[in-house]
Amino acid sequence: MTEAVARGNGGVNPTLRALPILTVLLAIVVVWYGAAVWMNAPWVRDQAARAETTLTTGDLIRQTLTLERPVLPAPHQVAAGLWEGIAGQKITSKRSLVWHGWVTLSATLAGFAIGTVAGILLAVGIVHNRAMDQSVMPWAVASQTVPILAIAPMVIVVFASMGVTGLLPKAIIAAWLSFFPVLVGMVKGLRTPDAMQLDLMHSWNASRAQQFWRLRLPSSLPYLFASLKVAIAAALVGTIVGELPAGATAGLGARLLSGSYYGQTVQIWSALFAAAILAAVLVMLIGALERLTLRRMGLAR
Amino acid sequence: MERSIDTMQPVISAENISLTFQTADGPVHALKNVSLTINQGDFVSFIGPSGCGKTTFLRAIAALETPTAGTLSVAGMTPDQARRRRAYGYVFQAPGLYPWRTIAGNISLPLEIMGFARPDRQQRIARVLDLVDLAGFGGKYPWQLSGGMQQRASIARALAFDADILLMDEPFGALDEIVRDRLNEALLDLWKKTGKTIGFVTHSIPEAVYLSTKIVVMSPRPGRITRVIDSPLPRDRPLEIRDTPEFIALAQQVREGLREGHSYD
Ligand SMILES: Nc1ncnc2c1ncn2[C@@H]1O[C@H](COP(=O)(O)OP(=O)(O)OP(=O)(O)O)[C@@H](O)[C@H]1O
Ligand SMILES: [Mg+2]
Repeated sequence: MTEAVARGNGGVNPTLRALPILTVLLAIVVVWYGAAVWMNAPWVRDQAARAETTLTTGDLIRQTLTLERPVLPAPHQVAAGLWEGIAGQKITSKRSLVWHGWVTLSATLAGFAIGTVAGILLAVGIVHNRAMDQSVMPWAVASQTVPILAIAPMVIVVFASMGVTGLLPKAIIAAWLSFFPVLVGMVKGLRTPDAMQLDLMHSWNASRAQQFWRLRLPSSLPYLFASLKVAIAAALVGTIVGELPAGATAGLGARLLSGSYYGQTVQIWSALFAAAILAAVLVMLIGALERLTLRRMGLAR
Repeated sequence: MERSIDTMQPVISAENISLTFQTADGPVHALKNVSLTINQGDFVSFIGPSGCGKTTFLRAIAALETPTAGTLSVAGMTPDQARRRRAYGYVFQAPGLYPWRTIAGNISLPLEIMGFARPDRQQRIARVLDLVDLAGFGGKYPWQLSGGMQQRASIARALAFDADILLMDEPFGALDEIVRDRLNEALLDLWKKTGKTIGFVTHSIPEAVYLSTKIVVMSPRPGRITRVIDSPLPRDRPLEIRDTPEFIALAQQVREGLREGHSYD
């Protein structure tokens, strides 16, 4: 299988490939430090004026970067907050970002699974049934134009009134956001086989089920994976939004919210970064699965 | 494998068929009053300028299009009944192999769809791979094969389930002359071995003359048959037959037929 290797994206030195990413990262950190100094400076100056002390520039910078409740925390403060939240707590503690992350992750995965299944089933219906083809899409589009921030509290409240709280209502909101990209991608994907492929199937007198399992579904996989990456990120956003309405005490969303109640900006930013890291890991996992599957199927582009 | 004339049964018969496509720019008469009889074991070539309805005629035979007038019967059935009985092996201009299946897997596809048992499938795959000279390539993926080999694999796929009628729409159109010659020889060989009825669309006069027992010349707007030429050439045809006076005379006849339909002017 030497050909398989030659087709891959080999040959580029990994450190060389990382260089542009590192450069951008460095630039962001520099800008961020600048912004932290600039945005926290008024408060520091204010304090100094009240205490009737004068500040050197060095003092000013040092103090802007070490405030307990800064307007904008500095990168190292967020990093410390993240580290503290991840490694500094027992993972069962309510202050552990691992615990909150797990609460969010489990609802995200459940919602992602529901959304993916729903998206695929609707797409199959649309491709195989003319009535569904004409009726489902407008509703699906409409569902996405309703602001999720308005829907989420209603879902939470309705479920709570039925005595259902915790994972399920959040998973529903996550599914609400994640079914749509899967639906759109799969409708496109299931329709990729060209007329010739379908004619061949027809000339063999293949049933619709055979056509689906042997031709449409495999040809749709590149589209499915592309939309799964969007869907998992959307599911995470949905879950976090579902954790924002009052009453939630667990999850990265709740962590964001309580941070903003008490002006704990470091906590907010730590939770934000935890969410971003989670999203990146999830998308990368799907990307890895995609590469593996498509390469094995000879569909890698 | 020589057949005497009196055992030849008509398998495909078209009587006055017309096929009109309704398009946004008005009706297109792809076929108009076309009548043709194809016998069991015939090798029929369709030749004519672009747009004269060759593909449409082949597709109508395979029940991929429905004539808007006239009757078309295949082995005493309608084309669609024949399709349901899996009477057709259709080969398109592009191989259309599934990239996620090996060559053997691709040939196996119609067999799986038709419900052949696994041992039978394996036997058939081995047989047709041999027939198209691809023995040993069953485990390869399509992208590991050249264009000509892929096209041969697609022919093997069409042969695997023993359809009585093989319909080929410019199967070698995208290949170079030398590969084409080889595949033509292989196709003739295969036709002699299997005795199938073959419908073959081509733009090449020598290819049509070399392969066929019957050459159907068509012309466009509306698509119709202008000449049907029965070939006097024997069924055993080495490539050198193309230099004989009979061959050249036949090619001349086809060329005249094409000119009659004021085609290439
Ligand atoms: N699905 C379709 N809808 C509308 N018009 C069509 C359709 N298929 C074919 N036609 C028209 O019917 C006519 C015959 O087309 P056909 O494909 O049979 O020609 P052809 O002889 O195979 O040409 P070529 O040598 O270029 O393959 C053309 O005018 C074409 O535009
Ligand atoms: Mg054509």
